[in-house]
This record gives sequence, structure tokens and C-alpha cells, in this order.
Amino acid sequence: MPHAVSSPSENMDPEDSVMSNAPAQALDAADNSQPDSSMPDAVAKPATANLEEMFDDDDDEDEFSSSAAIRSDQSSQPEPASQKAAYSDSNILSQFYQRLLPFRPLFQWLNHSATPQPDFQHREFAFTLSGDRYVRYQSFATADLLRKACVSLVPERFEIGPQYSINPRDRKTVLKAGSFRPIMKELVFDIDMTDYDPIRTCCSGAAICHKCWQFINMAIKVVDAALRDDFGFQHILWVYSGRRGAHAWVSDKRAREMDDAKRRSIAGYLVVVTGNEHGKRMGIRRPLHPHFERSLKLLNPHFQTDVLEDQDPWQTAEQTQKLLDLLPDPTLVAALQKKWDSAPNRTSTQKWADIDSVAEAGNLKSINPRQLVDVKQDIRIEYTYPRLDAEVSKKQNHLLKSPFVVHPGTGRVCVPIDVRKLEDFDPLSVPTVTQLLQQIDDWHTKNRDMSEEEKAKVADWQKTAMKPYVEYFRGYVANLLKEEGKGKRSRDADGGAESMEF
Amino acid sequence: MLAASTASRIDPKKRAVLDPRKQQFVKSQWVDQTYPNRMNFYTIPPTEDIALEDFEEWGIARLKVLAELEACQFRNRSPAETEEYMRPVLEKWLRLDSNKSRSPDMHLQRKKDHYSHWTLRLAFASTADLRQRFMRLETQLFKLRLQADSADERRDFIKSLPMSWEMLDADEKATWLSELRAATSVRKDDEENWFKVDWEKVPDLVERRQVLLKKGKAYVHVREQTTMVLNEFTRSLESGLELAARFLPRMDEDNRLAPILHHLSQSFVAPDASYNENNGVSDMTNIHAGSIDGLSSHFPLCMQNLHRELRKNSHLKHQSRLQYTLFLKGIGLNMQECIIFWRKAFKLITDEKFKSEYLYNVRHAYGDVGGDANKRGRGYSPFSCQKLLTEPLPSAGLNHGCPYRTYSPDNLIALLQNVGVGDRELLRAVREDVGRMRYHIACNRVFESTHKNEIKKVKDENLWNASELDTILHPNEYFKRSFLLKNLSLARSGDIGVDGPSQGSN
Repeated sequence: MPHAVSSPSENMDPEDSVMSNAPAQALDAADNSQPDSSMPDAVAKPATANLEEMFDDDDDEDEFSSSAAIRSDQSSQPEPASQKAAYSDSNILSQFYQRLLPFRPLFQWLNHSATPQPDFQHREFAFTLSGDRYVRYQSFATADLLRKACVSLVPERFEIGPQYSINPRDRKTVLKAGSFRPIMKELVFDIDMTDYDPIRTCCSGAAICHKCWQFINMAIKVVDAALRDDFGFQHILWVYSGRRGAHAWVSDKRAREMDDAKRRSIAGYLVVVTGNEHGKRMGIRRPLHPHFERSLKLLNPHFQTDVLEDQDPWQTAEQTQKLLDLLPDPTLVAALQKKWDSAPNRTSTQKWADIDSVAEAGNLKSINPRQLVDVKQDIRIEYTYPRLDAEVSKKQNHLLKSPFVVHPGTGRVCVPIDVRKLEDFDPLSVPTVTQLLQQIDDWHTKNRDMSEEEKAKVADWQKTAMKPYVEYFRGYVANLLKEEGKGKRSRDADGGAESMEF
Repeated sequence: MLAASTASRIDPKKRAVLDPRKQQFVKSQWVDQTYPNRMNFYTIPPTEDIALEDFEEWGIARLKVLAELEACQFRNRSPAETEEYMRPVLEKWLRLDSNKSRSPDMHLQRKKDHYSHWTLRLAFASTADLRQRFMRLETQLFKLRLQADSADERRDFIKSLPMSWEMLDADEKATWLSELRAATSVRKDDEENWFKVDWEKVPDLVERRQVLLKKGKAYVHVREQTTMVLNEFTRSLESGLELAARFLPRMDEDNRLAPILHHLSQSFVAPDASYNENNGVSDMTNIHAGSIDGLSSHFPLCMQNLHRELRKNSHLKHQSRLQYTLFLKGIGLNMQECIIFWRKAFKLITDEKFKSEYLYNVRHAYGDVGGDANKRGRGYSPFSCQKLLTEPLPSAGLNHGCPYRTYSPDNLIALLQNVGVGDRELLRAVREDVGRMRYHIACNRVFESTHKNEIKKVKDENLWNASELDTILHPNEYFKRSFLLKNLSLARSGDIGVDGPSQGSN
């Protein structure tokens, strides 16, 4: 492949990048600062150079050493500016791309086969470079070329788009309009904590804590169950988005090849509660659709503990008013109002129980008890049901951040989440890029006695906290490839049988 | 590119004359269609020979129906209103009797329906825009008819379709019954039958959570079958049209069918209305040169505009003159009177100049002079809306054509206000129609608004057949209908309805 060996600046189509700062300079700078970026197998012979020595040469040693402080800091509150800069520091990121990001399984995951095919080769990658420059329509023939581009361009993050009908780099050479179009992409979902701001009380905006992460857990459970049981999808990868949300990538062939209309209908099937403050009443039909029945079954325990107890969403008078607004019966509302005014310290759990007791005391006029049950169900759904960013799922050509890249704000790696052990996943203990690099050093210090040969056998990611995540991902991808191979073989067999006939 | 495509085409005279029947169809290998159902899914193309005239006529009839259907849509008619409106139209142009009727015409009707569909497929396969439109309208027509079908005939028809659905057996039904009921919101007295398909077949039902999903299979209630049949119809038509588009250039047939097909696809802008001589009203009132001013209030905007220009400048340029002369001929002004009309109107011009420069044109338009063909055909036909809407736009300073198309929206509104159309709501709607290039819809809208009292009356009193109030597609039709509506008493006392005896206008 001729373009495979071209220098990064040639790879870049200048028209594609949004250039806010002087880009050429920045590119050159990145290039020069990384003399070994052209070395084709930088990862293949790992850890021969002492990391400390490498960093000794760098001016910004200070920034690096400050990473120790970050490691001890377990909160994900926005970092001070200097540390933030450290996460997008080109040296650190370049190290990360060279040594840690598992390009090979990532490639296999997108390629659905061990040998490169258009699934990967015609797929769009979009790089966010330093200085808010954004480069779209990049594509790569092999995993190694993608890695090389990452090492030399040092994107803050990169996103994955669809496979196009032709190589995205050649899109301007097509003669007929419409012959350059997306043809395949994983079905994706995006859950973001900001959509939960109207109902979470512990944090707001970019911040998260263990309490509100439960909302993401609930969403993952419900969406995962629906995708598996209802739509029959099997290859669903959940990925921590690096700060306060999660992405899902569905790789089943049937899902990948869906057009926008089908994606829209899945999104429509799953989305209920709108994220805005006084969201429209959702008008859920009775009897409940089995999807809601199942979702409620999954969500009910969370509602008691995670919502009523931990979030305590109806604590203040203002919040209480929100609850009262959701109840349709004026008599009931008046009675509850009176009760809660006289006892302002009641918790949300108590207030939730009060609704029933007050109603039973004969304060229900305009609706019957059966309808009250429905209303309470609606409220439960509103406070627990997943809040998806539906637009992300509806379009085949929507770009979504790749797994395993570093979140520029928190430095955390976007690691996959094992849904079988969903409750064990702790977003706040996901390693940051600086921690990981430190862990490599620590490993070398610890295994000083090991022979160079033996050391070479251990890949860099195995020396770090990335290990379980990469292993999970490799297992997941292996499963996907196995399934994919099965389909292919049976197709080939069919073809063979047919060709025999002729 | 052009050169290449013409070079590859064999000169028609040199082309090897292949009788297709002598080639692959030595004996017919197809089964002649029997049309067991009233409805047709149009999966099998027609195979019998038909007359070229039928090919065109049937196509035009169907086109008429589709155009009316589109007009309903443009005017935001509700489904019920559309059905009401379309019933007489369908009756007239594409009547389909049910099996129960045992009508002797049944086979012919169904054949016509079948062949006309395939004719229009060819005509509208050429561009994506036409394909899209054709697909939308055909689906609507299909839906309309399916709904009108009686329940058991519809069931038979649906059963005959090659669809991949599988009815749920009793076991499965028993296992999932409560979930099925909840998912598809079945009411107490609804039929408890479901079938299962891949969910991808019913994306809209999935989106509205109207189905039960299990491992990628959608369990659909039988009442949704119609929707699915419609979706399948659209899908198969879409792929059929794309296929037709690809094969169209290979048809290599430009003598017999191509002109017809071209004409049909042209007609989709505004269906062609052939001029018929009944459109004159000379049988009800004496039309002479002096009465044109009085009658001009019944003229459509294109002609009123020319009339006003003529009165303002005492002159009209050639194109405008031709358009106007033919229109006047159409309303029943005879040639002598027409010559008098023009002579008087061109009052700044000497007799001599008139004779030498203008008289011949008028006579030519009436077929009084000119070549044999012109005489035999008694001159040109008055221009239809289609003609006015598809001819090249007039250059600056010329006034012919359809003002809805040629005028800028602001000038058009000013013109309408000048001729006394001032209803704000109406003007807003006209502006919208014109913006979407639905010129004849705008014109019809104006007509309906300015004649709304009369239209209401004939509707209420059932004086006119509903198909006599369909979309106007010819300036002379506009005039005639306007005249008749405003002179209802006259039409009745003369006992001449719209379908009255043709007396010609010679």
C-alpha cells in the first residue's frame, strides 16, 4: 500500500482538518519530538529502554512526576489545569499509543476477521489533535498503520465511524454522487450522566460518584437485557466513556448492517424518558409492554436503595413539589402536602410510602387505586429508566469514541465493562494514563532480576492495571471472530455446494 | 459521453429485425394471468400482446388517478375525504369490480389495471424523483383499494401473497399469551391471532412498541397485516423501479413506445388534459367579440393576465397572442368574431398592418390557412396546463405561460390581488404551493376559493357528478366550470348539464 508508508503530514488531508491554530507547525513539532515514531515495531520490542531514562531527556519531567499525586486521588472531580494538560501531553500519549493501547484486538474487533478486509480498511477514523484540530475520513490498511498514525500524530482521542462503500480517503475521486456512502457500522448507544441531572442529587455536570454511577449501571442492565432478549443480539461491548457515561457497541452482523430507519426504530423502542427538567409525560400504555415489565423488574431493587435511599430525591420543599407535580389527583396532593409540611424531615423512602398510606386513608378522588399503582410505576420509570442519547444510535455514520483511548479531561482509559460483573466495575478506580506508565516502571523495578529475554515476553499492558480489561476485550473479540468465522464458513460451504452443481 | 452512446446505437433501419416470438418464446412459456383477486401485487409483468392505443390510453387513465391522488395530498385532505373524493375518480378511470359482483368486465378491468401499472413503471423509472413520486402514489392507491376491499376478499388476497410470515401455533400462543396481549394491546373482543416475522420487517411497529420481541423475532398481531403488506408493496415496487431504470436504456426502442413513455412522464408535472370541444359554452350563451370583456372574469389567471395586458397596451406579442387566440377558440368564439376581437383590440394599428402581420396568425390558429394537416385538424388545440407549465420560461417582457410559474411570488400575489383575490389565508397557501412548484394546485386553490359558494351548492344539491369537480388541468376547463357555476340557473334552464350533448363550437 503506497499510502501506508507515507509520512503523517502527507496522510493528512489539509481540507479535512479544522485548523484553529497553526497546524503544520504543531504537526512538525509532534513529529520531531518523537524520533522513534517511524520505528515500525516499537511495541514489538518493549521495555528494553529504561522508562526513567527516556523521561529524563524530557523537559516536562515535573508534570510527569505529579502523576503520583493523581494516583492517590480517587475522585473524578475535574483536575487542575496542569494535570489536565498532562493527559494530553504528546509524550505521554505517544508512549500510551506505542506501548499500551491494544491495537491488534481493536483491529480484529472492527475487522471481524484476522486478515484485513474492507470492514476495517474502508472504515473512517477521526482524530482529535491538540489545539482543537479535528481530522476526519482517515482510514488505514492495517492495524499497524493505525498505530503508527496514532504514535506520530498523537491524537488526544480518536473516534470510529462506519465502513464506507469505498475507501474514505478516496471519497473525492468518485464521479457519481451517492457512491460514497456508509454501509456498515456497529449499532451504538451512548448513556451520559448529564441527562440524569434533573434526578440526581449527589453531583452535577461532569462530576460523578459511586452513588450516581448506579444510574449508569441500571441503564446498562436494562439496555443490555433488551438488546439480548428482544433483538437477539449477542456481541455487545460496553465501554466506560472515560468520565461520566458508557457506550455500547453491538457487533452482530445483523446489527452492523442495519440502515438508519432500523436504527431509529430500535432507539424509539428503547427511549422513553426525555432528559429535560419537566420532561413530557411519557404516556406509557397499559397493560405495560413486556419490555417495561422486565425493565421494572430489573430496576425496582435499584429504586429502593439507589434512588430513594442514596439519592433521596425529594428532600427539600422544592424537590418535594416535583414529586407532587407527578401525582394527578388534587385531593391526594393536598393531603400529602399537608402531611409533609407538618413533618418536613421525612425522607424520600418515607414520602414514597406516604403516598400509599394517605391514599388508603381515603384521599383518592379523581383516580382509582389501580390507576395510582400505574402512576407510581410511571414515577419509578422516570427515576430509573435509562436516559439514552438517542441521536447517537439513529445514524449509521455517527462517530463514537474508540474504546481504550484516553479521556483528555480525566486521563482515564476508556476501558470495556464486563457486564457479567457489572456491579464490580468502579469508574473511579479506572487507571489513568499516567498511572499506567508508572506501573510499567514499577514492574521493571520489581522484576530487576528477570532476564531481558523473559522481560521481552511480557507485553507492556500485562505489567499494568490494563491487564484485566485487555484480557476481557481479547476474549470478547475472540468470541466475535469465532461467530463471524462460522457464518463465513457456512456461506462458503453453500457457495461450494452450488458451484459443484454447475 | 454523448458521442459514445449514440455511436453504440444501431441505426433503426439496419437493426436486425428479430421477432421476439421466433426467438426465445417460440411457444409462449408464460401462463396468461388470470387475476383471481381484485387487488394485484404487480409482481409479474404483463405478457400478452396489447394494442399500442391501449398501452397509451390505459397509462393515461392511471395517470389521471394518480394525479388526483396527489392533488388530494397537496391539499391536505384527510384520509376519509380522500377516499370520498377518489371514489368517483376511480370509478371513472380505473374501475375494479369485486369477485362478488360477477361483472363481465372484471377480467378486462383487472387487465387494464395490471397493464397500466407496468406501463407507468416504465414511464417513471427514468429519474429518482419520478420513481419516488410514483412509488408514493402507487402505494397510496394500493392502500386505498385494499381498504375498500371486502374483508374476505382482502384475506384471500393477502393469503395469496408470497410473504414470509408464520402464524403462531396454539402452543406458542399459550406460552406467551399474556405477554402477547400486553405487547400488542389487544382489546377484549379482538381476534387472538399473531404471526411472527424478523423484526426488521416491521421497524415502525417496533418503534411504537406494538409488537412482542423475542430474540430478534417480532410477534405481530394480525391487524397489522395491512401495514406490512403495504410496506412490502412499497419495497417490491422500489426495487422493481430501480431494476426498470437500469434496463430502460437497453430497451433500445424509440419508435413506438419511447414517445408515449416520454409523454406520460411529462404528464406527471400536470396531467395532460386533451381539449375537447365541449369545453365551449357557446351553446348557452352567444359569445362574440364584444362579450369577451364580460366573460373575462371567468378566465383563469393566465388568460386574465393576457387580457389585462392586451387592454393596457392594445397589443400582445406573438406567443401570448397564440396562447390567447387558442383559448378564445376553445371557449367558443368563432373565427370571424375572433378576428374582429383582435382588430378592435389592436386599436393603435392600421388595418393594413393588421392584415399583413396579424390576420394570418389568427386564421392559422383556427385551421383556416396553413398546411393540409393544420386545416384538417382545424388548427391547434388550446394549450393545456401541462403545455403551459412545461414550455420554456418566457423571456423578460413577455407575458405568456402560467403566471403561477413565471411570476415571482411577490408579483404573483400582487397580480392576484389586482384581479380581486384578497383572502390572506388563500394567498399564503398559494405562496406555499408556488414555492413547492405545485402551480396547478395553486390555480385550483384559487378557483375553489373564488367559487366556494357555488361549489358548495352543487355539492349539497347533488347537481353535479363528483368527478366533474376534479382538479382543473386546462384553462378552458377552468373557464367552463367557472361559467357554469356562476350561471347555474342558465345551465339548468337550458337543460344542459356538464355532460350535456356536444354541440361543438365550430
